[in-house]
Parts: sequence; structure tokens; C-alpha cells
Amino acid sequence: MSVNQQAHTGLPYGQPQPGYQGYQQSGYGGQQMPGVHHSQYGAYNGPLPGYQQPAPPQGTLRAPPTSGAPLPTSGAPVPAGQPVYSQFGQGDVQNGIATSAVQMQRPSASQPFIPGTAPTPVSQPATFQQYGPPPTSAQQLTNHMAGMQIGSSTSAPPPAGLGYGPPTSVPPASGSFTATGSGLYTSYSSSQGPPPVTMTHGLPPTSLSQGLSLAQPAFSGPPLSAQRLPQAPGFVPPPCSTGIGPSSYPPTTGAPRPSTMQGSQLPGQALTGLPTSQPNHVSSPPPHPSMSGPAMTGLQGPPPPTHPSQSGYQMQQNGSFGQVRGPQPNYGGAYPGTPNYGSQPAPPPPPKRLDPDSIPSPQLSELPPQQKPRHRIDPDAIPSPIQVIEDDRNNRGSEPFITGVRGQVPPLVTTNFLVKDQGNASPRYIRCTSYNIPCTSDMAKQSQVPLAAVIKPLATLPTDEAPPYLVDHGEPGPIRCNRCKAYMCPFMQFIEGGRRFQCCFCSCVTEVPPHYFQHLDHTGKRVDFYDRPELSLGSYEFLATVSYCKNNKFPNPPAFIFMIDVSYNAVKSGLVRLICEELKSLLDYLPREGNMEESAIRVGFVTYNKVLHFYNVKSSLAQPQMMVVSDVADMFVPLLDGFLVNVNESRTVIVSLLDQIPEMFADTRETETVFAPVIQAGMEALKAAECAGKLFIFHTSLPIAEAPGKLKNRDDRKLINTDKEKTLFQPQTSFYSNLAKDCVAQGCCVDLFLFPNQYLDVATLGVVPYQTGGTIYKYAYFQLETDQERFLNDLRKDVQKEVGFDAVMRVRTSTGIRATDFFGAFYMSNTTDVELAGLDCDKTITVEFRHDDKLSEDSGALLQCALLYTNCAGQRRLRIHNLSLNCCTQLADLYRNCETDTLINFLAKFAYRGVLNNPVKTVRDTLINQCAQILACYRKNCASPSSAGQLILPECMKLLPVYLNCVLKSDVLQPGAEVTTDDRAYIRQLVSSMDVAETNVFFYPRLLPLTKVDVDSDTLPAAIRNSEERLSKGDMYLLENGLNIFVWVGVNVQQGLIQNLFGVSSFNHISSTLSTLPVLENPFSKRVRSIIDMFQAQRSRYMKLIIVKQEDKLEMLFKHFLVEDKSMSGGASYVDFLCHMHKEIRQLLS
Amino acid sequence: MATYLEFIQQNEERDGVRFSWNVWPSSRLEATRMVVPLACLLTPLKERLDLPPVQYEPVLCSRQTCKAVLNPLCQVDYRAKLWACNFCFQRNQFPPAYAGISEVNQPAELMPQFSTIEYIVQRGSPTPLIFLYVVDTCLEEEDLQALKESLQMSLSLLPPEALVGLITFGRMVQVHELSCEGISKSYVFRGTKDLTAKQIQDMLGLTRPVVPVQQGRPLQPQEQPPISSRFLQPVHKIDMNLTDLLGELQRDPWPVTQGKRPLRSTGVALSIAVGLLEGTFPNTGARIMLFTGGPPTQGPGMVVGDELKTPIRSWHDIEKDNARFMKKATKHYEILANRTAANGHCIDIYACALDQTGLLEMKCCANLTGGHMVMGDSFNTSLFKQTFQRVFSKDFNGEFRMAFGATLEVKTSRELKISGAIGPCVSLNAKGPCVSENELGIGGTCQWKICSLDPSSTLAIYFEVVNQHNAPIPQGGRGAAQFVTQYQHSSTQRRIRVTTIARNWADAQSQLQHIEAAFDQEAAAVLMARLGVYRAESEEGPDVLRWLDRQLIRLCQKFGQYNKDDPNSFRLSDSFSLYPQFMFHLRRSPFLQVFNNSPDESSYYRHHFARQDLTQSLIMIQPILYSYSFSGPPEPVLLDSSSILADRILLMDTFFQIVIYLGETIAQWQKAGYQDMPEYENFKHLLQAPLDDAQEILQTRFPMPRYINTEHGGSQARFLLSKVNPSQTHNNLYAWGQESGSPILTDDVSLQVFMDHLKKLAVSSAS
Repeated sequence: MSVNQQAHTGLPYGQPQPGYQGYQQSGYGGQQMPGVHHSQYGAYNGPLPGYQQPAPPQGTLRAPPTSGAPLPTSGAPVPAGQPVYSQFGQGDVQNGIATSAVQMQRPSASQPFIPGTAPTPVSQPATFQQYGPPPTSAQQLTNHMAGMQIGSSTSAPPPAGLGYGPPTSVPPASGSFTATGSGLYTSYSSSQGPPPVTMTHGLPPTSLSQGLSLAQPAFSGPPLSAQRLPQAPGFVPPPCSTGIGPSSYPPTTGAPRPSTMQGSQLPGQALTGLPTSQPNHVSSPPPHPSMSGPAMTGLQGPPPPTHPSQSGYQMQQNGSFGQVRGPQPNYGGAYPGTPNYGSQPAPPPPPKRLDPDSIPSPQLSELPPQQKPRHRIDPDAIPSPIQVIEDDRNNRGSEPFITGVRGQVPPLVTTNFLVKDQGNASPRYIRCTSYNIPCTSDMAKQSQVPLAAVIKPLATLPTDEAPPYLVDHGEPGPIRCNRCKAYMCPFMQFIEGGRRFQCCFCSCVTEVPPHYFQHLDHTGKRVDFYDRPELSLGSYEFLATVSYCKNNKFPNPPAFIFMIDVSYNAVKSGLVRLICEELKSLLDYLPREGNMEESAIRVGFVTYNKVLHFYNVKSSLAQPQMMVVSDVADMFVPLLDGFLVNVNESRTVIVSLLDQIPEMFADTRETETVFAPVIQAGMEALKAAECAGKLFIFHTSLPIAEAPGKLKNRDDRKLINTDKEKTLFQPQTSFYSNLAKDCVAQGCCVDLFLFPNQYLDVATLGVVPYQTGGTIYKYAYFQLETDQERFLNDLRKDVQKEVGFDAVMRVRTSTGIRATDFFGAFYMSNTTDVELAGLDCDKTITVEFRHDDKLSEDSGALLQCALLYTNCAGQRRLRIHNLSLNCCTQLADLYRNCETDTLINFLAKFAYRGVLNNPVKTVRDTLINQCAQILACYRKNCASPSSAGQLILPECMKLLPVYLNCVLKSDVLQPGAEVTTDDRAYIRQLVSSMDVAETNVFFYPRLLPLTKVDVDSDTLPAAIRNSEERLSKGDMYLLENGLNIFVWVGVNVQQGLIQNLFGVSSFNHISSTLSTLPVLENPFSKRVRSIIDMFQAQRSRYMKLIIVKQEDKLEMLFKHFLVEDKSMSGGASYVDFLCHMHKEIRQLLS
Repeated sequence: MATYLEFIQQNEERDGVRFSWNVWPSSRLEATRMVVPLACLLTPLKERLDLPPVQYEPVLCSRQTCKAVLNPLCQVDYRAKLWACNFCFQRNQFPPAYAGISEVNQPAELMPQFSTIEYIVQRGSPTPLIFLYVVDTCLEEEDLQALKESLQMSLSLLPPEALVGLITFGRMVQVHELSCEGISKSYVFRGTKDLTAKQIQDMLGLTRPVVPVQQGRPLQPQEQPPISSRFLQPVHKIDMNLTDLLGELQRDPWPVTQGKRPLRSTGVALSIAVGLLEGTFPNTGARIMLFTGGPPTQGPGMVVGDELKTPIRSWHDIEKDNARFMKKATKHYEILANRTAANGHCIDIYACALDQTGLLEMKCCANLTGGHMVMGDSFNTSLFKQTFQRVFSKDFNGEFRMAFGATLEVKTSRELKISGAIGPCVSLNAKGPCVSENELGIGGTCQWKICSLDPSSTLAIYFEVVNQHNAPIPQGGRGAAQFVTQYQHSSTQRRIRVTTIARNWADAQSQLQHIEAAFDQEAAAVLMARLGVYRAESEEGPDVLRWLDRQLIRLCQKFGQYNKDDPNSFRLSDSFSLYPQFMFHLRRSPFLQVFNNSPDESSYYRHHFARQDLTQSLIMIQPILYSYSFSGPPEPVLLDSSSILADRILLMDTFFQIVIYLGETIAQWQKAGYQDMPEYENFKHLLQAPLDDAQEILQTRFPMPRYINTEHGGSQARFLLSKVNPSQTHNNLYAWGQESGSPILTDDVSLQVFMDHLKKLAVSSAS
């Protein structure tokens, strides 16, 4: 990686070697490599070599399996894109901006590869000796390549000409893949003709070819071999398309690409639907297996061993190639036929997938490698998220981000950086889609770039950043503008010697109250500028006065109420006992304000099944008292005194209660539960106690007991892909919405922990948590042994985290724009105020702005987010975040200052809300369309003129297609067969309050090669791209998406490593039911566990750890997260999607 | 039989029956002219030390419509082993078990001295008694503490097998689950919501088998659902638990703001108690014991709002139709009472508060179910404590003086029909040939249910002579009546007590003097008073008084000896001589006069009047006054202001109050401390004497009377002054000279004036 990185640093894209040609892809290559040999290179350079080497050996082994699922997606697209980009990109520099660097890099990168390759192979062989073939790898590869190419050539030699390769050139510049993407697409769409134009092939091909070839082998993964073969047949059919695809690429990447291609294509088409139902949580292991089973088999079936001969390397290579081809075919077929990726028809795919592997080898082999490359898009040549992330980390991670300057684009969320607040809110609090806002609404409309801010008002800061200062303006309250009521902030202009100030938002002039008066210095600044946080900082807090409180009364400290389902399921699974045990210690860690000795928060306990049990735990009692309320139709709180208590005062009674609860219900036979009355009870309790607070509800089943809010099982998978699909996301009844409204009025926030064994209608149950700013946690098929730690960690975190209550948030903006739309977990009774019963440090609110007037470049655009809330000590506070943005009259400025991660955050939330009211297909189309317009606008207005066949992406948005594709493929928008309705509803709500970092990793999971882990340093190995072809069967990988962590173990991993990590002697002995890694005293185990711990600490939820053995049933689940590959559920591979986007863009342009 | 007086007394002692007439007019027409109806006071469970129960089933007449019990009045053919029913004349075969009877070997029920006999029968398995405490927690700390102690104490008084349950209420109602280790558990209900029995049982989980609790007393009948054991547990098992639970009872925690009454959900609490027992132990002896310290202020059955500024209804409000909650509340409690009665349970009300507590509305709960009603100022008084303790008093056999679920059936010979009954009972609506169409009291039936009764519970039963004038009864014919009372004894046995009585017929035209001589004026006074009080519940006070007066006048006209229009000639025979005086005091009694009484007090007084036996009832009508002086042993004196003398100590027993009044001089002596001087020991004894006598009364009276120790000029002396006949008032004080008595400040007429008017009206030819 190091090499790559270096390269990158210098030139973002370039690095990559040939493989990437264009972009970061290098990165990918690198990653893959890592597994193998990277030692030398580091990530990128390594990659190539890595691939080659590992590939071969693995190839044989893996081939079959991998090809099946993973490869498809990632594989296909990548190749296509990459080559194109890389070549062009560099050359083109269209992107201009970034490009320069890129170009530079390339060369260097390319070189590295070669060397790299050599070394790597060697190492691998060792491991894979079995395969024998490896040694020859180079040759074989070439052969394969050839084969691949051949295949392609056969199909459509011309395509090669298409020169995807050429397109690639784009990359260099802004990463714009301009890549002649056209080439790519064209090829697919039939436009083969055009693509050829891009000639860049020449360059890329060479490098690429090598790189690819190498890489491919790796991917092909040994195991698959068998399967792949079958695929071959499949391939044949595709040929038509393949013709196109292959043709274009074959030359350059020849081998490698194909592999990718295959992956993508196959998946795309076949896409039998993701095997894994719930990508995210994967809660339901059971289903997976079954699913995977079938899917796999399906795949395998086809693959009659065509190319066994090639075996090892070839296979792998083939695999890759094959895939490539496959893809092409697919594309040809798929794209044309199905414009929408998401909805791509599943049918064709299976065969294709198979084909890729098998086909490649035979057909391609014959063709000359060189030609081949051009035809295909090189996956390494298309923009690589990994590369972008690495670049940003290297470029911006080292020095603090100082917020003083208006309109600065902050480093990426994946970069560790320090923030110094000098007048603008830290990006940890607010991130914008663009830091340069069009001055007019026309511009904004033209660009279609959403203007939005993702605000996390109570974000937790790293320990080395100071929390917001507390400002007390005394009795009269915070100084505010008379007209718009904006709070005093650094942008307010003091005039007339400091006697008045002019509001930066509405320009109204307000008198400075005498007690706040201060003289101005010669620059017009107040003399006390640096003494007052509200004048010098972007974020700070005001102490609210009584007039900011409900009923003009200072609030009581908030309360936590724990409400535990004690029906049969909960008791039997041991959940009740677990919760009670945990609460005993957890209650000592209630959040407290600053330096307070003990938490001011009071606690109360309720258990319930069909009826509710309240507990009196007053400190004066000898034993707790239980009060049963059976009148669930008309809920009330049966006691006042003694329900909410101070933990320390009532400790003995509470402990006694928590001891009793599991005993009392140990023999329960009650299986029915109520739900709405539980919330009502909590709310009523808070109302009676006249305080705000939070309910922690632990619930197990669909509430079917006779009571208000009773639900029926209305799960119906047949609705998927129909106009009625939206009803699956809508609540069954409006009862819960009304209840939520009441809760918000009372400041009653609801956190819901679900432990379902079957459908329990998250869409409905989630309404109240969602609208009250609460959180839902879901543990499907909860089992004590495996899920206990995850649940407890979540619970601990949830109880301990900083939270504000009874909050109202308003976003004020400069005249000219206005906050028009809000996304997140909250309630709004009017159009401006976001009401949150509770708001914790992980909750994010996304706000969209629209123009209602013009902005001026001079004054820029200002945002002020004011959050009025009650903190955990019961103090009423106002947290203010200010942010100043630039305004532009040139579209180029807009595109230059965008932030794709934030954009994706917004788009995802927008889409996820959209599914409530529109068919999912419409939502997907809308998304694609909007992005196409954004990119088309850039192409039209900002990019330097170039061939229409080129795909040119703005530097800042070059990842938009890959990320967008991830969004489109997500379970909500394109559910696989095993994704339950509850999962979709759950994820939908989850994403709605995610911040940018979370959406980033959620949609594009982080994939780390474990064998590259340096046990002696703290640095992480470079991530690799989410594609099966990047995996080496001799390696282990860690994948995290914010909800799950997977440890993927290749079949050929050294026994030593297995022994070190799992404490078992061989691959076969690894238990896939582990929920944690065994604690072993060796550096490798320690290091891996510390990495996992570190990841866990970074996320707001404890991630479920799943061990996936290659070729194991669970692998289908894992593959679902290889988001660059074609997905089982029909999601397009990256390459495919890129091509599709390109087509869309071209249509818009023409 | 020497005199009718003795006859009457003997009958009362043996059968617990007192008739207004002991010789019956033989025709309907004549009977109506007697003015005082033919009626009796029946004390079904009168304590009989000499009556050992027999251990077999009674023999019944085989006629379906009759089913009278074999009794000494039946004619028996010992040879044929046949007996003739004396009511319907059906001839019945003796059952096989009686094969050995003969003139010399008679079963007890045929012996004349066993005109009242008690059978113990085996019906089903015995069920333990049930005591369900319903406790108000909206009390002052002190009161609650006292109540808790009383309740804890009561656990030791209950039969160990008895089941107890606890419901507490305030703003909410809590049904406590007993026998929970480590945690005390209760079901809570909103106090504002009226729930049906079904809902209550659902919510308490009584409708379907829940987890079997360890409980499982083998003694319990199979029909008893095990589930109820969560709420009702044998005393011996959970007395420790329950003692702790009671000890931990807190005052209702909901804040009561200034100017408000605490929210008290009495209506719902009672409803839940009723529903709980209804679902679990129908038709078993059970007492719901309600302890309340104030009026219901919310939910169904609320009597007054929680605003202190709106006072609870007074008689004035009721007359003005200004008591907005009364009707609704009354209805609520009536429904509850009827349900309770239908289940054979009873409701006791122990209301202790300085202000009214809504007894007016709740009275039916006790009245219809035979429950107790106790009214006091505070739970922290001996009045309550001892009364409550006395609920659990035992008789000479060590059995509780309480019986449950009784049905009283009355059978009459054909010349008689039953008009109705007045007492702590409800109609069972059993029509039959002996049911009269003319109703007096609770009529239209020959069977009544008395859910709870004790040895002093007394019903008034009214008859109608239906024999036509032209169908004379043969000489020597006798009318008969049989009272069959089936009940659950406190020992949980089922018992049947049968009383059969017969009286001679007499032709009122030819033998009026016989009838006159057999008049029982005490019984008649009480029977008329019951009728009057019964009417007062539904009619305006003045109408009732007018009716009473008219009856009295008619009686005097019928039986007095006078010359027309000459009041001075008016004489009444001995057997009638006291009757007008009873009526005079009745007119002034709190049963008919509401002046100076709150509606609650009126309800309370009437409640007790309608269930006490004749002696007690008479005391209530005309209190007893004893005088203590140095001049002789204590002597009863006239209830007259002239009896109030300076050198006397008076002891007055009004049933509800015991007043000891020191005359002016005595009081001065006492203040001077003479009683402490050895040389005046006799004075000390004089002072002590009434105290001892009062103590004796207090010992036996239920409920405990209010004990008042006062003196001349004391504020409490009003209790005495309001009762005595105001023969001396401020109006005539000087006319009478000053040698004796003490004037009463009242405008009430004195007995003298009353009698003068009565004579005048009786002899008047105009009426």
C-alpha cells in the first residue's frame, strides 16, 4: 500500500497501476494485493502483483464459489470502468482539477506493478503450491487473458476497439471518469461503435493487461473453478453483448477485467436476489443458509468444467476474465434491455455468471491479450472509493481543519482530523452537500445538486476537541435579533461603535442591550471578541432562561423508564434475566452533567405482557411493590411517589426488584403482548412526574393482545415490486402517529429494543421511536450466547450516551435560501421547527435548502442551527451552530466544492422517505435521473469539451455513481429474497437518522485484509474495494458496515494464521457460529481483536461479528456486502452501473 | 298461660317472633279495620341456648306449591305413617327413616316445644368464610395508622380457615395479590372508570385458568377456581404477609392541592370487590368490608366533587333537588348492592369521618345485603375500634355471630297471605299462592334473601287476612305461619331453621275484646315505625308523619273508649296505653325527622332501625332514662324534661348514644372534688354507678354507641335535651313553677299537648 499511497498522495488517481490506470482502482488492486504480498507495495502497487500471484493459486480453489456470487457484481463493472477511466482520465485531464495528479501517478503506478507482480507471485505460490500453475502465472495469465480476450473478441472484436480503455483517460483529472465511458457504455448499449473511438487503449492496455490479468486470477478464487466452468456455457449466450464488452477491453486488462466483468454481469443479471436477506444485520442466519444454498447451486450447476485444464491460474484469471466477458454480455443484454439497474431482470444473470468464469478461459484465451483490454472497462480504472479515501486521509489527515474560512470543504468523514473552531461549526456538527451555493435558484435547478446540511447537533467530539462553551447572558436571556430571532453569533455586524448590531441573516438592526455593550476596535470587532464564544466560535451553548421552558417553569431532571417485555418468549430466551442483571450495574452509569457527583436522572421500571406491571421502588420500602394495570384500553399510571426514583437512594429496593423480576415470570405462559399501552404508560408517568425522559422498551413480538394499537400480521412479500409495496413501510394504523405526537408534547423519547422471532411490524412499532427521536435496535432470533454481548453493548451505549430532551431545533438561514425539508427522527408540527422528544449524540437531522431569492457572492450564505433542549441534569440550554458558506455564480465552483458523502447521505434519506409514498421503482428512477442530471450538467457546463463517448465526472463527485449504486442496491430499494419486511423498515428508519460517516460505511462497507495487518503498529492495512475479485482465498478479510462485522476466511489461509486467530487447527474446524473471536495470546489475534474493538468503538451500535468461511453457506450473506459486485437481488455491479449512468448522461446531453 | 304479656314473651323467647296481634281477626274486612296490620317481627337466628340442632334433613310436604316442613302442628297418623300438612292439608308419607315413629317415639320436629327447630344439612362441601377488606387510603396519617392496626388485629380474630383479601383505594384502586414472596403485588384500576364484572374478572385474570398457584387447599370445593387464591388466601397462611402488607400501606400518594378533596374511588373499589367475589365465590358467605374516611369524589358513585368549596349535599339540597350526583351515585350503589345480594355476599360499610361520607348513597349496599353500617368520627376512636372488634364476636359455642346467604321463606295457612317484609333483605321474587297483591315493604314474594344476618337481625313481616267475611272460620280454628330460614352458619355448615306458629282466629265483631287484649303494643309500635321509616325513604317527611298520625287517630277511634266529642272522656285500655307515647317519640325521632341530621346520619339511623330486634328498636324510638340519686337505687324515669334535676345523675340510652348527665349540683360537687374525699365515698360510688351501667350496655351493643359524659350546661347535654319530652320549655317555664326539671329551648310540642290533640281528634265526630 505504501507505494500506492505515495503515489496517491502525490497524485490521487494515478497510483494505480495499470490496473487502475485511471484511478484509485489502483487502490483496489492494492488491496487485493495486500492479502498476498503487498509487503512491498503497499496497497496499490501491491495489488497487481497480489492479484496475479494469489489469483492463480486461489483461482483454482476459489474460482467456483466466488464467481458465483461476489465476482459478478464488482468484477464486471470495474473492469469496464477502470480501463476506460484510467486511460482517459489521465490523459484527458478533463476533470482538470484533479487530473493532473492523476496522470502523473499513472505512469509511476504502472511501473510499480510490474515489479510488484513479480515478487508477489512468488510468495503466493508457496501457499498455493497445490495449484501448481501459479508459477507460470504470468504466462498462464496471459493465456487466460488471451482466452478471455478471445472470448470477447469472438463475440465482438470490434468492441475492443470501443476502447473502453480510452474512456478511462478521464480519471486522471478529476477522477472524472470521463472515461470514455462512452466506450463502455456504448459497447454495452450497442454503441460499440463509438467507444472504439477512444484510443487510449494503447497506454492502459499494457499496464492494465498485466495488472488485470494478475488480479483476476486472484479473484477467480480457486473454489469456484468448478462452478465457473459451468458458467462458461452460460457465457456463450451472452456473447452478443460480450462481443461488445470484451472487445473493448480485452486488450488492456484483458484477463483481469474480464474477471471483474463477469462478476458484475453475472450478478447483475442473475442477481437471483441477494442470498442474504438482511445484509445489515444479518440477524437471520437460518434463512441465509437456505438461500445461499439454492443460489449457489444454481450457479454451480451451469458451470460445467470447461476449462479445468487451465485450472489454477487460468481459472482464476479466467474467472476474472470470464466474468468480464460475462458482464459484457450481460451489459449488452442487460443494459439495453433494462435501463434501470436496480430492476434488472434476474433471469439472464445466472447463466452469465457461470459463463464468465468458464467462458473466459476458453474463448478469451485465444484472443490476444492486448486487444482485449480495450473492450472492457477495467474495474481498476474506474473511480475507487478506497483511493479517494486514502488520498484524502493522506492529504488532509495530518493537519487540523481550521474553520475560520468561509465555504471550506472539510476532509472526508473517513479521515481522522482535528477541528479547530474559529467561527464555523465543526464538520462533526454540520456537513453540507456543497460549500458553495449557487446564487440563484436557476443555477441550483440546473445543476440539480441538492443543497442540504446534515446536522448532528449533539455530536460527540474527540477528547482533544473542546466541547461547546456555555454562555450565560443572564436574566434577559441570549441576545437575539429583534426580527428573525437569530442568536448572537460571529457573523453579526456591530455598528455605531458597538451600540447596535446588524443581523447577518435578515439585516435587521438591533440595539445592543447595555449589559452587553462593548467597544469596537479599529477593525470593527468588539474588543471582547475573543472572550466571548458567541462572537468567536461556530458552536457554543447558551443557558436558557425560564422563558425558554415549558409552562415557564424550569424543567425537572429527566427520567429513564425501563419497560421490559416479560412474555414467554422473552423469559424463555433468557432475555429478561439478562436485562435485569445488566441494569443492576448499568444504573451506575447514567449520563450526568459535567462534574456532577451523581446523575440527576431518575429511573423507573415497568414490565409487561398483556398487562403492565409498574414497580414502586421507593427507598423507604422493605421490598418493591408491583402494581398490575390490566386496563390497557385506558392506560394510566398507578402510582406517583416511588415510581421514579434516584438510583442511589433506592438501590437496595431496585436490586431486589431486579432479582425478583426474572423469578416472578419464570413460569409465565403468557405469549401475547401489548405495545401502545406501554408507551402510553411511560408517557403518562413522565407527565405525572412533570419531566421529560426516555423509555427503554424491550419488546419481542407483534402486539396482538386486545388493546389500543393492536396489530395484525400483514407481512406480504408479494407486494414487493408492486405499487403497493409502499404500504410495507407505512404504519398499519395512524394510532401510533397520534401517540407519537403526544409523546413529543411530553418530551418522551422512546428507544426500542426488538427481539423478534418473526414479523413484528417494525414499520408500525417504529413510528413512535422514530418520531420522538428515539432509536430502534433489532436482534432477530435473539440468542443469549451469540447476541448477548452485542445487545448489552448497545444497551450500555444507549443508556450512557449524551442526550437532550424536549428539544426544538430551528435552522435559520441568510435571506435567499430557506430550510424547506427535513429528514430524520423527529416530529414537526409546523414547517420550521423540528421537535424532538429526545435527541442523542448519534442522531442526525438532514435539512434541505431551497432558494427563495438570490444570494450574493459577497455575503455568502449563513446557517444557524439553534437547538433548545433540556440536558441530562434538567438544565435548559440552547446549542447554537453557525456555518458560513460561499455563494457562486459559476457552476464549476459548485461542483468543485461538493461533498459526495454528504450528498449520498441526503439522497439516501430522500429516497428512503420516498418509498413511503411511491413505488420503489419510481424512487430508484428518480435517484438515477437526478444524479444523471447532476453529472450531465457538469459535463455540459464545466467539463472541457471532449468526445461524447467519454464519461466525465467532477472530481468531487467521481464516487457518486458507485455510492449511488450502493444506495440503489440497498435492501430498502432493492430487497433480496431473504430480506424481511421488518429489516427493510428497520433499515429505512435507521438510515434516516444516520450521519455522513455512518451512511458512508453503511453503503460502502470497509473491507480490510487481515493478513496485511501489521501487528506491531497501530496503522490499519489499506482497505480494499468491495468486490469479490479483490479477495484472495489465501487471506482473511474484515468487513464492517456499521451494523455487522464479517471476518471472511479464505480456504487457503495459512494454518498458522487460523491457529493464531481462531485457536483451531484448520480451516474446517473454524466454527461459523462464533460471535466473538477467541481471546488468544498472540500478536496477530490481539491485533485483530483490537482492530475490531476499535471499529466497534467508532460506531454508535455494536456490530454483530460473523465469521464467514469461504464456500460456506454464510458466504452468500457476506457477498451481499461486496457492493461493487452484482448483487443477488438484481443490483448492478459498479461497472454496469457506471455504464448505465454514462448512457443516461449521454441521453441527457443529447 | 297467664297473661298475654307472658304469652308474648314466651313466644318471643322460643320462636323469636312477635305479632302485632296475637288473636287474629277472622276476616279481611275486620282485619283492615284494626288499623295496625297483622304483622310480626321475626328474629330468624335468635340465639337459643337450649336448641341443639338436629343433624338431618327436614321432611317436606310433597305438594310442589307447598313444601312446608313437618312441624308440631301437623296431624300425624302414626299407624299409617302419614302426616297431614297443616298448610295445604296434603297427606304425606313419612320417609323411610321415620319408620319407627310412634306417639312415644316422636322426632323432635313433632314435639310442641320444638316449634322452632334447626336442621344441619349436608349440601355440597363447606366453603370457608371470606372477608374482603376494601380500604380507603385517603386518610389522615393518624387515622390510617389506627385503621391499619385494627385490620391487623382483626386477622387474629378471623377463623383461621377464612379467606381474606385486600383492596385499597384512593385515586386508584388496588387489588392486592397475597402470598407473594419478596415483592408485593397488586392490580391497579383507574378510579374513574366503571367496569363490568366481566372486564374486572378479565383484568384480574380470573376468567381463565392461569398459572396454578401453590395454594390448593384441599378443603375447597371443586367449583372454586384456583385462580382466586391469588387474591383471597386463608388467614392462617398469609397473616404474616398481610400484616406486613397492611403495615406498609401508604397514604394515597397523589397530591391533593389546596382547596380540594382527595380523589376517592369508592364506587369503583366496591365495584371491583363485588366483581372479584362474583367471579370467584358466588353463593358463598363473604363479607366485603368497606372502610372509608370520606365521600367518593370521582368515578361512578361519586357523591361530591373534589372542590372543597362545594359542600356535600344536605337535606336542604336534596329537597331543592340540588344534589347533582345523588341520583347517579345511588343508582350505581343500588346496582352493586343487588349484584352482591344476588351472589349472596354482603357489604359492610365502616365510615369514619367528621363530615358526611356518602352513606345516603351507599346505604343500599348494607341495607340490601344485610351488611353492617358503622359511622364514626375517626378510625382512631374506640367507637370504631370496638365496633369493628365486635363484628367478630363469638357466641357461647365459640361460633361467630354471623351467618350468610340466608333465604327466608314464609308459608301461611290459606286465610293468610304475605304482604311483604321490611328488613335487611332483598326479594327473591318467589310468587306463590300465599303472596298477597297488597304490598307492604318488600312484597310480591314469599321468599327473601338475607345475605348476612346475626342473632339480632330482625325482619318485619306483614300479612294480610284474606278470609272473606262471609266465610267464617270454624270455632277453634287456628291460623298458622311457618318461617323457613336456610343459611350458611359461620362454621360453614348449611342449616335450616324452621319456626312454625299458630294463633287463634276471632271474630272481630263478637270478640273484639279478645283481639284487643291480645294486642302487642310494643311490637305494633315497631312494626308501624318500620312501615313509617320505609315510607320515609321514598316519601316526603310530612306525608309520612301525617300518615302515622292518621293511623294513630284511627286506632284510637277504634279501640278507645270515649264519648263523642268529649276529649276528657277518652280512655285507652292497658294493652294500648303506651302506644300513643311511642308514636309521639317516633314522630320526634331521627328516623322521621331530618332536621339537625345530615342525610348520612338519617341513613345510618334508619339502617339500624330496620334490622334491630324489638327491644333495641323500642329504645331507638323511645330512649331509656335512668336516674341515680342518693335517695335510692337507680330508677327508670320518664323521658321528660322534668326528670332533669340538679341532684341527679341521668343515664340515657338512645341506642346510638349513651349519655351520662350530671345534674347541676352533682357537677358542682364533682368539680369540688368531693368524690376524692374519703368521707364522701358514697358520692364517688354514685358517680361510678352510671358509668358501670353504661359500660354494661356498651359491652353488648352493636354498633358501639357514642359514649357521652356530660353535665348540666355542657355542650353535649344537647343529646339529652333533644330527646326528652319538652314538658318544660322557655314558653311555659314560669307557668310550671321552678321546683323541678329544666326547661328545654324548643318549639316542639310536648307529650301533653300531643295527647290533648290526639284525644280531641279521636273523639271528634268529624273525622
